[in-house]
Amino acid sequence: MRIGIYICHCGTNIAGTIDVQALASYCGSLPGVAVAREYKYMCSDPGQELIRQDIRDHKLDRIVVAACSPHLHDKTFRNAVALADLNPYYFHMVNLREHDSWVHVDKLAATEKAMDLVRAAVRRVKWHVPLERRQVPIHSEVLVVGGGIAGIDAALTMANAGKHVYLVEREPTIGGHMAQFDKTFPTLDCAACILTPKMTAVKGHKNITLWTYSEVQQVEGYVGNYEVKVRRKPRYVIEGLCVGCMECIQACVFKQGKTLDEFNLGLSKRKPIYIPFPQAVPPVVVIDPEACIEFKSGKCKKTCVEVCAERNAIDFKQQEEIKDIRVGAIILATGFDVFDVTRIPYYGYGLYPNVYTSLEIERLVNASGPTGGEVVLRDGRKPQTVGIAHCIGSRDANTNKYCSRVCCMYSLKLAHLIKEKTGAEVYNFYIDMRAPGKAFEEFYNHVAEEGVNFIRGKLADVYPEGNGGGRLILKAEDTLLGMIRKIPVDMLVLSAGLEPRADSNEVRRLFNIGCSGDGFFLERHPKLAPVNTFADGIYIAGCCQGPKDIPDTVAQSGAAAAQALALIDAGVVELEPNTAYVVAEACSGCKTCIALCPYSAISFTDEKKACINEVLCKGCGTCVAACPSGSIRQNLFEDQEIFEEIEGILTYA
Amino acid sequence: MKPKVAFYWCASCGGCEEAVVDLDEKILDVANAVDIVFWPVALDFKEHDVERMPDGSILASFINGAIRNSDQLKMAKLLRAKSQVVVAFGVCAQLGGIPGLANLSDAKGIFAEVFGDGVAPVRFHKENGHSLSLPEFFDTVVALDRVIDVDYYLPGCPPTPKIIGDALGALLGSELPPKGTVLAPDQALCEQCPRKDTRPEKLLLKEFKRVHQVVADQQTCLLAQGLACLGPGTRAGCEAMCIRGNMPCTGCFGPTSRVRDFGAKALSALASVIDSNDEAEIARVLEALPDPAGTFYRYSLPSSLLGRRRME
Amino acid sequence: MPEAFEPKIVAFFCNWCTYLAADLAGTSRIKYAPNTRVVRVMCSGRVDPQFVLDAFAKGADGVLIGGCHPGDCHYQEGNYKALRRFVLLKRLVRQMGIEEERLRLEWISAAEGERVKTVVNDMVEKVRALGPRVPASRKEAA
Repeated sequence: MRIGIYICHCGTNIAGTIDVQALASYCGSLPGVAVAREYKYMCSDPGQELIRQDIRDHKLDRIVVAACSPHLHDKTFRNAVALADLNPYYFHMVNLREHDSWVHVDKLAATEKAMDLVRAAVRRVKWHVPLERRQVPIHSEVLVVGGGIAGIDAALTMANAGKHVYLVEREPTIGGHMAQFDKTFPTLDCAACILTPKMTAVKGHKNITLWTYSEVQQVEGYVGNYEVKVRRKPRYVIEGLCVGCMECIQACVFKQGKTLDEFNLGLSKRKPIYIPFPQAVPPVVVIDPEACIEFKSGKCKKTCVEVCAERNAIDFKQQEEIKDIRVGAIILATGFDVFDVTRIPYYGYGLYPNVYTSLEIERLVNASGPTGGEVVLRDGRKPQTVGIAHCIGSRDANTNKYCSRVCCMYSLKLAHLIKEKTGAEVYNFYIDMRAPGKAFEEFYNHVAEEGVNFIRGKLADVYPEGNGGGRLILKAEDTLLGMIRKIPVDMLVLSAGLEPRADSNEVRRLFNIGCSGDGFFLERHPKLAPVNTFADGIYIAGCCQGPKDIPDTVAQSGAAAAQALALIDAGVVELEPNTAYVVAEACSGCKTCIALCPYSAISFTDEKKACINEVLCKGCGTCVAACPSGSIRQNLFEDQEIFEEIEGILTYA
Repeated sequence: MKPKVAFYWCASCGGCEEAVVDLDEKILDVANAVDIVFWPVALDFKEHDVERMPDGSILASFINGAIRNSDQLKMAKLLRAKSQVVVAFGVCAQLGGIPGLANLSDAKGIFAEVFGDGVAPVRFHKENGHSLSLPEFFDTVVALDRVIDVDYYLPGCPPTPKIIGDALGALLGSELPPKGTVLAPDQALCEQCPRKDTRPEKLLLKEFKRVHQVVADQQTCLLAQGLACLGPGTRAGCEAMCIRGNMPCTGCFGPTSRVRDFGAKALSALASVIDSNDEAEIARVLEALPDPAGTFYRYSLPSSLLGRRRME
Repeated sequence: MPEAFEPKIVAFFCNWCTYLAADLAGTSRIKYAPNTRVVRVMCSGRVDPQFVLDAFAKGADGVLIGGCHPGDCHYQEGNYKALRRFVLLKRLVRQMGIEEERLRLEWISAAEGERVKTVVNDMVEKVRALGPRVPASRKEAA
C-alpha cells in the first residue's frame, strides 16, 4: 500500500488555524503513507499536477486530500487522479476547512481534530476498491411545472432549442401573477402587452405540450429518467373543440356572476362557466362544479350547451385524466403567494372597507380589471388621499424576516399610477427605499418629483377617523422629522410581501428537494448554483426560489433552461457508484430488505435471494444497515471502510 | 494409536455434555474412533492427569462454557497447552452464552442478588491449620477465545447432533478447515427454515407479540406473525429446530461471519420493519420487547462490541 | 491535577442535510466546540447500530447521528428507518450503562448551519458533565 496524502493550506483558510506542517509530518509517520505533503492550493492546476506527478514517481496507489468540503472538490480530485491512470475511487477527501479550521478557534484542538480525521481517512482509503461510474442515457424531453413568466420563458427557450417540453400549470390558464399586473416598474410597460405574446407563442409552439388545469401527482426515477404522473383536472369542456368565443358565458342561466372571481381577488364575481381573463391561454372556458346548477341539482336548462350546439364542446361527464410522461429534466417555476395581511390585524384589512392589498390595487388600476381601470373606493368615489404602507409582513421578526425585494418598487409604481388616475395626495410609509436595479433609483426620483409624499417610518397603527369622517387615520413615526404623524386617508394600500406557496412543502417533497429556513425552494449553492437543486436534473427558477422581480425571474428561467439543456445535450449522465449490492452466496432469502427500499430496487429472485437493481438503487444504504446477516454491501460505503474511519478517529496509530 | 480427545466444561449448564451423549448410537462410533482422555462429567480422569500429559498430545479438546472464574481460566490454558486443536464447543464458549448475561452486573452485584444478607462466599479460609480456597469470581464473563487461542467454533445452545457429527467428521478427515472457522453454514437460518416461503416479500409489522401472548400458527413464518424471531440474523445449521417446535429462534447459533455484533444487527432488522414513522408509536410497538439486552444479546453479550454493562 | 476532560464525539452525518448544514456553518464561520469527528454517510438510514456500538467500544464519549427532518429525507424514508432503530438502540444502550445524553439523534436540514452549533455545543456540555465513558481509572475486561 502506497498512500499519498496532501494537506491543503487553502491560503490561510486552513493554514491560519491548523498547523499544516505538523499535520503533514504526522501523516508521514502513519503506516502505509509513502508521500505526505502540504501545499497552498491543492485544487489549483499545480496542486493537481503535484498529485499526478507523485502517482507516477512514487507509484502511489491511494490518494487522500485534506482540504475543503468534498461537496466542492471531490470531483476535481477524482478527475485529477483518473488522469494519472489511477482509478478515481482510490481517492478520499477529508474536510479540514468547513468542518474544522472555519469553525474552531483553538488552534491546538483544531490541529488535533485534523490529525484524527486524516488518520481515519488513511485507514479507510486502504480498503477502497476500483469502481466505475455507470452511464445511463438521458431522455430528451423536459417538464416545466408552473406557467407563470418563469415557466413560460424556460419552456420557450428549450422548445426553441428543439426539445419537447411539457408545460404543466394548475390554473386554467398560464400567465401566473404577472398576468394580474398592470404596468411594471421601472419602465411602466404594460405587463399584459409583454406577456401575452409569450403566452401565444407557447400555445402555438410545436414543441410545447401545454397542460393547464393540471397538476403533477407523482415523480419517480432519477436524473435523465424521471417518470411523472400528471393529473389533468376536468374542465367539463373539451379543449380541442372550444374556440373561446365565450357565447356560453353570455348564455349561462346566471344573469350575473355569484362566485367570487379568483383572478380579480374577489373584487368582482363570475359565473359558474367562466374564463379567467379574456387573453387566457388556452382560450378555453372552465365550468366550476361547485357553482354550476347542473352539477348541484342536475336540473339546469343548459343554455350553454344550446349555444355551443355546432361545436358541442361542453361535456358534463368529463373525467380527470392521468398522464404518464418520461422526462430527462424538470424545471420548477411554481411562483409565490402574497403575504396574508390578516395576520397583522391592526392594519384593518377586512375590518375597514377601504384597506386593500397591493395586488388588489393592481387589479383596480388594470384596464381589464373589475373597475375598468378606475381607482375607486368601495362606494365608487375617487379617493382624495391614499396611504401606501411598505414592508407588510416582511423584515419583521413576527412574520417574515426577509425583505421581499419588489415591494418598494411596486409601491412607487402604485403611487405613481394612483396619483395619475385620481390626482390624490399619496403618502408612502417606508422603512428604507430599496431601488437597486437598472433605472430603479431614477424611477424613485421621478415619483418623488411628481409630488408623492414619503414618510420614513413603518406604519404603526390604523384606526377610523373620529366624529363621523369616514377616513382612516394612519399613524407612524416619521424618523426623519422625529415626530409622530397621523395622516387621514380615504384608502390604504398594504404592500404585502412575497411568500412561498401554501403547499410548497408538499410540492417540494414530490420532487425530493429541500427548502431554506424561509420556506422557499433550496438552491444547490447561493452564488454558483442558484437554479440547481440537490436533486440532479431538477432545477428551480423564479419566485419559488426566493422573492424577485420580473427581470431577475426571466434571467433565472434562462439559467434553468440552460442547465436543463446542458444536461440533456450531454446525452448521458454518470451515476456515482455508491449503490448497494447483495452478496448472493451469503443471502439467506429472509426478505428483511425488500420492504425497506423506497425505490423498489430490491426484488426477490426465483433462486430465493434478494437482488438489487443497480439502476434503481440510489445508494442510501438503508438495506445495508438492516440486513441482519451482513449480506448486503454498499460500494464506497462498505462496513469495513466505515469501521476503519471510526477506529482511525478513536485509536492512535 | 487412536487420536486423543478431551471434553471440558467451564461456565455452562451441562447441555453440551448432553449433546455429546445425544449422538446416541454414533457415540459408539466416536468411542471407537478416539480415545477420550479427559471428560469430568463422564470419566474419572483428574486435573493432574492432564498436567502430566505431554504438550500437544491431545488431538482435540472440546471446551464448552464461558470463562467466568479463575479455575476455568486455568483449565482452559492447561488444555490449550496439551492440545493440537481446541474447539469452542457451544455458544457459551464461542460467544459467552447465557452465563454472559451476568455482564449486566458484576461480582459484587451478583453476590448481593444471590446471597442477599446471607453468607457470601469467601475466597480463602483457614480451618484447623488447613487452607481452603475458592476460585476467583471475575466481574466479567468472557468467551473462550479471549483467554486462549481457539481453532474452531461449534455454535449452538447446544450444538445439534448433526453439527457435532459433521464437525467431528471434518476434524477427523483429511483436510482441516481454515483455522478460526465456525463449523456451521455461513448463511442466516431463513435459508433452512421450512416456513421461509410464507414470509411476505414486503413485511412490515404493526405489533410485536411475546410467545406467551399467542398460539402461533404452525405453518406461517413466525416473524410475520409478530413474534421476535431472530432467524434472519442467526447462523443456519440447526435446521430450524425451534421453529419446527413452533417457537421463534432466539439466536443460539450466533451471527454469520460478516457481522461484528449479533445484537446490533438483529435489532436493526427488527426495528427497521416496524410499520410506523412516529416516534411515540414506534416506542409503543417496542414495549413488546421489554428487555432488549436479554433478547438480542441472550447468547452473545461477552463477545458483543461493548462486552459488558458499564457499572456506575 | 488531571487535564480537563474533553469529550470526543463521533458524529454520523447524512450527506444531504446534516453534512451540508455543517458545511454551511463553516462558510458562515459559525464557531462551535471542536469535539466532534464527522463520519459521512449518504443517509442516516445507513447508520448501522454496529457503528454506534463500535464507536462507544473504541472510546467515544458520545455518538451523534444527524439526518434530514421527517418528510425531507433525500431518499424518502431513510431517516424514518434510522429513527425506528434508534428508539430500540437507545434502550439497549441504557441497559449497557451508557447514559441517555451520550447517544443522540438530531434532524438538521441543509439550511440549518446555526443548529449544528447549538446541537454540538449542547451535547458537548452534557457529555462533559458526565465524564469519560470509560473512566481512566477503571480498565474493564471489555
